[in-house]
Amino acid sequence: MRSVPATAHAYILCAVLCAAACALPLPRQDIPVDWSAVCLLAALYALCELPAHCRYLGKALPISAGSFFPVLLTAAFLLPCAATPLIAVPGALVGRVERRPAGVRRIWRAAQLSLATWSASRTHVLLGGERTLSDPGGPGFPHALLPAAAGAVAFCLVLTLLEAGILATAERLPPHTAWRGLLLRSLVPHLTHGLAGLMMAVLWTSPYGPVSALFVLLPMYISCWLFGQYHRERTAHQATIRALVQAVDLKDRYTRGHSERVGRASVLIARELGWDERRVEVIRFAGILHDVGKLGVPTRVLRKDGPLTPEERRVIQLHPEYGHEIVRGIGFLGDARAAILYHHERMDGTGYPSGLAGDRIPEFARVVAVADAFDAMTSTRSYSRARPVPVALAELERCAGAQFDPAMVEALVSALERHGWESEVTADEATAAPTGEAPAKDVRGIPSQPVRVADRTPGGAG
Amino acid sequence: MIRGREAEPVRPVRPGRPGPPGDGYGGPAPLLVYAAATALTCAALAGTLWHGLHEPGNALAFATLIAIGEIARWGAAPGEREPAPLGAAGALAYALLGECQGEPTTHGVLQVIAVVVVCALAGAVPQLARGQYHALDHVVRRVLSVTFAAVCFQPLYNSGELGQWARGASYALFLVVLLVLTALCDALLSALILRTRTGFPYGPLLRDELRALLGIGSAVCATGTVIALAVAVAGLWALPVFCVPLLLTQLSFRRYEGVRATYRQTIVSLARSTEIAGYTPSGHACRVAALSRAVGREMGLTGKELTVLEYAALMHDIGQLSLVDPVPHGATVLLPAARQRRIALLGGAVVRQTGVPAEVAVVVERQADPYREQPLPARIVRAVNAYDDLAGGGGGAGGAPGALERLRLDAGRDYQPEVVESLARVLGRGGPGEPSPPALAGPGTPDPAGTPFPAGTPFPAGTPFPAGTPSPAGKPGREPAATDAGRAAPPGERSRTGPGTLPGTAPETPVRPGSPGAAPPGEPQGPVAPHPE
Repeated sequence: MRSVPATAHAYILCAVLCAAACALPLPRQDIPVDWSAVCLLAALYALCELPAHCRYLGKALPISAGSFFPVLLTAAFLLPCAATPLIAVPGALVGRVERRPAGVRRIWRAAQLSLATWSASRTHVLLGGERTLSDPGGPGFPHALLPAAAGAVAFCLVLTLLEAGILATAERLPPHTAWRGLLLRSLVPHLTHGLAGLMMAVLWTSPYGPVSALFVLLPMYISCWLFGQYHRERTAHQATIRALVQAVDLKDRYTRGHSERVGRASVLIARELGWDERRVEVIRFAGILHDVGKLGVPTRVLRKDGPLTPEERRVIQLHPEYGHEIVRGIGFLGDARAAILYHHERMDGTGYPSGLAGDRIPEFARVVAVADAFDAMTSTRSYSRARPVPVALAELERCAGAQFDPAMVEALVSALERHGWESEVTADEATAAPTGEAPAKDVRGIPSQPVRVADRTPGGAG
Repeated sequence: MIRGREAEPVRPVRPGRPGPPGDGYGGPAPLLVYAAATALTCAALAGTLWHGLHEPGNALAFATLIAIGEIARWGAAPGEREPAPLGAAGALAYALLGECQGEPTTHGVLQVIAVVVVCALAGAVPQLARGQYHALDHVVRRVLSVTFAAVCFQPLYNSGELGQWARGASYALFLVVLLVLTALCDALLSALILRTRTGFPYGPLLRDELRALLGIGSAVCATGTVIALAVAVAGLWALPVFCVPLLLTQLSFRRYEGVRATYRQTIVSLARSTEIAGYTPSGHACRVAALSRAVGREMGLTGKELTVLEYAALMHDIGQLSLVDPVPHGATVLLPAARQRRIALLGGAVVRQTGVPAEVAVVVERQADPYREQPLPARIVRAVNAYDDLAGGGGGAGGAPGALERLRLDAGRDYQPEVVESLARVLGRGGPGEPSPPALAGPGTPDPAGTPFPAGTPFPAGTPFPAGTPSPAGKPGREPAATDAGRAAPPGERSRTGPGTLPGTAPETPVRPGSPGAAPPGEPQGPVAPHPE
């Protein structure tokens, strides 16, 4: 837990003052405010946020922040501008806060949502949205879309700008990059929320009344619930992949931590080569799972201390094929399966299992081969002690062309120059605490679910 | 319709299943259902042609919406309960459409049915063309449930009765209640169809269906109501706008299903690793899983319990990975009890590291305990595992009578008699899956889950494919087949296949030819490798 910097405090104070200023015209008598609608919407928003706050209910009904933005946008489309900052306040104050200090975060969230709602309302009014909704003889439906969409975009812009500001002041992230990332991710969801808000507003003012507007929230809520379920399954799936790797460790104790490190080194090479994120993800899995075929090799052979007989060597050399056979059914691995099958091929065609040469070896396999050899050299094995990184790199460069793809070796060298290599740390962690610590370490090795930027501590100190 | 899958894929009919759709197991019920739907369809089409189309604009707009919604079905996973939620919501909304932008409408029940039938059939054509007749089940259910909603609503509305006692909010609530009733009817109907297709008890199937209503089913109901009301207020423009949230729901649902399928594939891979390691016979894990699942259904397990049972059955042998030497034929049932328990505990430790629910690990750990101390899933896994070990994987359609007899003899002591009897019933029906397994593997059947390797390919020993043939993209030539097998045949799919025809676990994996690990299992332990047990 860290204290909030003074700049962030000042920033939050500014936001609160701005939000208050937006609501300032409210006491004036000349603005017609439908107070029952204000109370209903505010209560509705608070009610929606409440289950997340309750510990037991919140677990059963996992909802992420933002599931109920349509309520806020409905308010922005229905109410006079000055009343809109009030709607988010009760909900934000009772809502769930993931990290401490809770009080400051709640106040910040209230101010942020109030400002965003107010700007959505302001934009909506400026584009003449008010007439499209409230007048019975108004211009009607297609015309209501533009102001509503603009309102949603304004909501999104203000929300992400304020978020980027707090990230810059409290977490010291560069504001520009933080904002762009946030905006790109949230524009489409917010537009959808805008449409849902418009639907709610239309039904709210219709003869069918506010009750019918509630039905709109149900699909939105179920989407959010599914989103939570999706992340839960994803996490479970990653744990299962780890379990596959750990099953190998059960048999071959010397490889503990090896798979993770090969995954990491493969990612370094892939990033250096400028691969896109999707392929980087695949190569990560390829690296992690490259030796999964050792599950098929008899434990007795894997654990043998002395020199191997030719027959035993032949059995061990079957492991790429066993690995390919094991992961054959996992659809999402895609090209990673080829990498698992061919990671012992050599550029000169003398490798196994198929004796492919040069470009015929899939690119993924060439990456994993280099990463695998590098980690094997820099970590302690039953038959050899760990070599220092520069020595290993020199050895790789010596074998480039005959055994390894020179481009991959070069990429690894330059990636390590930039990022360094922490083989020892990981290996110690893994051997010191095989069960307790390994998952914590693995979080970095296996892609974890996207973390909301606001929750990330700089330097990955979580 | 009104369907969402909360936990379990229930496949009404295996894709690619030949034969007319009404010939399922268990009597005339589906024939009646199909006959009713056909009669309704004919009446609706004839009536609409006779009277002409009322408000063709509305009909066209809704038809477009429903047809677009039905297109979504093409990308659906085979077991998805509501593959076209948008189509369902659109059809319900049309059935409940009273006013359009303040003007009363006059289309009646018959027109609603006609529009929905035409669109649903159009959406199902691609599947029917591929021989996936289960698409017709969806069409039939949609027709019947929309008929229910329309019959409840349209006459009331058109006669003006409804306007007298339901105005404003009560009108909206009336629509919701009507849709909830429709959803219940649909659940009853689809559980009936499933019952006749699979022969599992009706109660648990219905419970599964009802549970699914809470998921995407409620979103469909809500959207149907909202569309009907919004069109009444704002006119047809509301249609595209008001579908967006449901589209979002559908996308989330697909993504969730996708990750679930992947997760399942990974668990199957983990489970099969013992087979590749030579500890268990090829296909054992998947056979036990499929059979356990069927027995669990037979005994009334539903939803999450079935998932736990299936995962536990898949991974029940995982503890053997810790053994230095394989157990003879992987048949733990023949080992002394203490050793069995030890292996089970080791397996539980591995299972705990995967992301599966903790109950799965408990089942795996306790599979070797005396049955009276076991939770029900562990009893099932224990009995089914013993059956598969004794039958040697060659159970065949009627089961291996000898193995079953032996279980019966030990029932009451080692196995729960009810479990054994359920197993016998499942086997008596022809195994865990469809009652007509021979047709599944028949030649010429478009089998998406076909074995990726021709049987008899000496897989691990031989070169997987001739050297130098992989495509430059790094995608080996065999990859597409393997991918298809992985995608088209998630383990749930296997529950439809008879033992011995398990896709993806087919006998193409002769375990480690000529390797020391395949040496006679009685071989004494070497001094080098300390036995972890």
